[in-house]
Amino acid sequence: MGTRVVKMPDIGEGVAEAELVGWHVKVGDVVQEEQPLAEVMTDKATVEIPSPVGGTVLALGGEVGSRLAVGGELLRIEVPGAPDSAAPAPAQAPPERPREPPRERPQEPRTESPAKSPEATPARPAAPEPRPAAPPSPPRRPAPAPRPAGPPRPPGERPIASPAVRQRAREAGIDLRQLRGSGPAGRILHEDIEAWLRDGGAGPAPAGRAADTRIEEIRVTGLRRRIAERMAEAKRRVAHFSYVEEIDLTALETLRASLNAEAGERPKLTLLPFLIQALVRAVGEFPQMNAHYDDEAEVIRRHGGVHVGIATQTPGGLVVPVLRHAEARDLWDCAAELKRLADAARAGLAAREELSGSTITVTSLGALGGIVSTPVVNRPEVAIIGVNRMAVRPMWMGNAVVPRTMMNLSSSFDHRVVDGYDAAVFIQRIKGLLEMPARIFIGG
Amino acid sequence: MGDLTAKLLVLGGGPGGYTAAVRAGQLGVDTILVEQGSLGGTCLNIGCIPSKALIHVAAEYAAAAEAAKASPFGLRLGAPSLDLDATMAWKDGIVGRLNAGVATLLKGAGVRSLQGRGRMLDGKTCRVETDTGPQTIRAEHVLLATGSEPVELPALPFGGRVLSSTGALSLAALPERLAVVGAGYIGLELGMAFARLGVQVTMVEAADRILPGWDAELTRPVLRAMDRLGMALLTGAAARGLTPDGTALRVATGDGGEQVVPTELVLVAVGRRPRTQGFGLEGLDLTMDGAFLRIDARCATSMRNVWAVGDITPGPMLAHRAMAQGHMVAEIVAGARRAFDAVAIPAICFTGPEVVSVGLAPAEARRAVPEVRIGQYPFSANGRALTEAEEEGFVRVVARADSHLVLGIQAVGAGVSELAAGFALALEMGARLEDIAATVHAHPTRGEALQEAALRALGQSAHGV
Repeated sequence: MGTRVVKMPDIGEGVAEAELVGWHVKVGDVVQEEQPLAEVMTDKATVEIPSPVGGTVLALGGEVGSRLAVGGELLRIEVPGAPDSAAPAPAQAPPERPREPPRERPQEPRTESPAKSPEATPARPAAPEPRPAAPPSPPRRPAPAPRPAGPPRPPGERPIASPAVRQRAREAGIDLRQLRGSGPAGRILHEDIEAWLRDGGAGPAPAGRAADTRIEEIRVTGLRRRIAERMAEAKRRVAHFSYVEEIDLTALETLRASLNAEAGERPKLTLLPFLIQALVRAVGEFPQMNAHYDDEAEVIRRHGGVHVGIATQTPGGLVVPVLRHAEARDLWDCAAELKRLADAARAGLAAREELSGSTITVTSLGALGGIVSTPVVNRPEVAIIGVNRMAVRPMWMGNAVVPRTMMNLSSSFDHRVVDGYDAAVFIQRIKGLLEMPARIFIGG
Repeated sequence: MGDLTAKLLVLGGGPGGYTAAVRAGQLGVDTILVEQGSLGGTCLNIGCIPSKALIHVAAEYAAAAEAAKASPFGLRLGAPSLDLDATMAWKDGIVGRLNAGVATLLKGAGVRSLQGRGRMLDGKTCRVETDTGPQTIRAEHVLLATGSEPVELPALPFGGRVLSSTGALSLAALPERLAVVGAGYIGLELGMAFARLGVQVTMVEAADRILPGWDAELTRPVLRAMDRLGMALLTGAAARGLTPDGTALRVATGDGGEQVVPTELVLVAVGRRPRTQGFGLEGLDLTMDGAFLRIDARCATSMRNVWAVGDITPGPMLAHRAMAQGHMVAEIVAGARRAFDAVAIPAICFTGPEVVSVGLAPAEARRAVPEVRIGQYPFSANGRALTEAEEEGFVRVVARADSHLVLGIQAVGAGVSELAAGFALALEMGARLEDIAATVHAHPTRGEALQEAALRALGQSAHGV
């Protein structure tokens, strides 16, 4: 029998560490080769780590939410009939790691964990310390949740509590009748009051409306943590300014309806491929909009290729799949690629490359687009185009009020490197293209 | 004199009133206390304290008298005699010391005391007739603590040969014979004290037994002690008045007849009534609860910022209840959130043997919970009781059968009043039988009987069956 240390693989260029977003196995599980062990997340992609060997899981290298360096220990597998993996010397391996299992399973009584560890230390000679599994140092507090609530008290019966507990409850505004005591005979203890306060006073709801003082704690991990970090960084660094313009889409909508009517097998066109086509044309004239501003190196990198990030809501949160080389795609190609990317992102199947490398971003909430939004620039990009809701509105057209299909574009720019004038002209150019869609497709 | 103003006006300087005033003063509440008599109220001047002094003298005297006859442990004494003047002087000295102590406490807490009869003009204004003239006090909060007074029997108005407890505590000479109307704790304590001092005492009780508020099992040792002292007892009997010559008490007996009890003095101790008249309380139109002022758990009356504690409120007329209430009201006035939520108010009868009851007696417990478990341990099996030659009595623990939560503890026996502290603590802390049983009690003490009673209730006693 040997112990195999599974390390965090190198899962992408330039990735130094990955966040552990989920375990597929637990200590004691028997795993087959290639069976997924864990899910880790890098820059934008979530990657499953398959097991390189078959065996029994001995120890997990971290808790969900922790970050592991590439090459760091992911977990340990006991492999039958195999020599120990090279990394740690075989004799050292067991005494160190088997201390970990209890931490992974805090709900189990402490006394049970040593029962498992002797298997991990078969070759270990009798040591002066009898139990490596129960280090005395940090007294493990029981998890707050499974606190014994004590028996329910029949209605009308007086709660049992010492005078000090009663006074404390009164001062905290707690009605002891709502608490169950965990002490002998259902006695309410100081600890019960603490638990009650900690849990926000969950108890039998009084009749009528009542203040709900519960607080649910949700750890910010994985994609949400990534989004939070990136948004905060963008807002901290980028000097945002937003610009809103209304666009008359009556002509474009007529064209889109006509094309969709003849689409046949092809997927129906949404507004987005038209917008991307217009964007490609406008960017050709305003290359400063299709750029990355590396503010640490103080370099602006204007890109030839137009890689359009499409902000997409997924069950896990916001992701931005990238439509690469929009300048090389026609309208239909664009539409097909958009659909593929959106499906992949929502299913969580987008590859890492598909989630990075955009040079300009489009964000659209569709029917929820509202009238105005203030998009956050997808740093290090310098421009983001926000699509608001399309609606038929009465417009004054020279001599009469006529119904027109109108939509606002709310766009934000990095004012550090984009001047307001340029941004305005850029948007006016897009407006011109969208209002007279034929110009999108006519060269020159 | 100009009007005085305060945040808190306390009307009455008894245990409830002075405790509230001192506590309020400690908490920085500007407080005025109005008392018409001596500080300390009934308890200190004409109740608990002087009666306990007299009871102590009586017990010492009786012990000496018994030793003069036949001491079980070989002590030889001559027949004792009592200098009653010295007894009274000693008693008055104690009262005086405690009076001064209360005054010192009030002063130390910065409370202004005013002597005189106070009369409430409205819920915030009090007019006090002092020796130097009337004084008006306006206060944001008023605490009514006017206490109680002995109930008079129409057939036996106080005066002359008819004494209230107050009169009985300051006799110039001991009578040969004394009739005591009312065998509640006040009448019995005093009656037994006089009996121990050699007075021929007849107890007249309307109920069918002594100490009607307590269960018969608990009072039986007291009854036996009365017997030994030669006290006469008429139960189911009503006092009708003195004979025309004033040398005997006419008593209607339970069988419809009349008995004449020759006696020099009659002590009427048929109860006390709340003192709600004569302080202008009628004018406040406060909601009543029978003869008492209705209060809520915070001791608030029906009028905002008018509070009441002690004997004018429903509940046992006991100084320690009033003190606890007063303490609480002071903290409420000072801004704290408080409510009176004591599990039990201990009650003690200082007869010989003493009787203590805290919490529910067996019969009350059976009404309150589905099933009851009781453990009782006699002092005849307690080493300390034997070495004191006082082995009458027992300790009894009443608990829930399901959770073993202790619901009540009672005891009867010599010196058991001092056990009341532990009893009350057990109840307030929500002790189970196991808690008491597992608490190591010092040996040899009477307190061990509590632990043994709990062990018995659990069926675990190693001492006796």
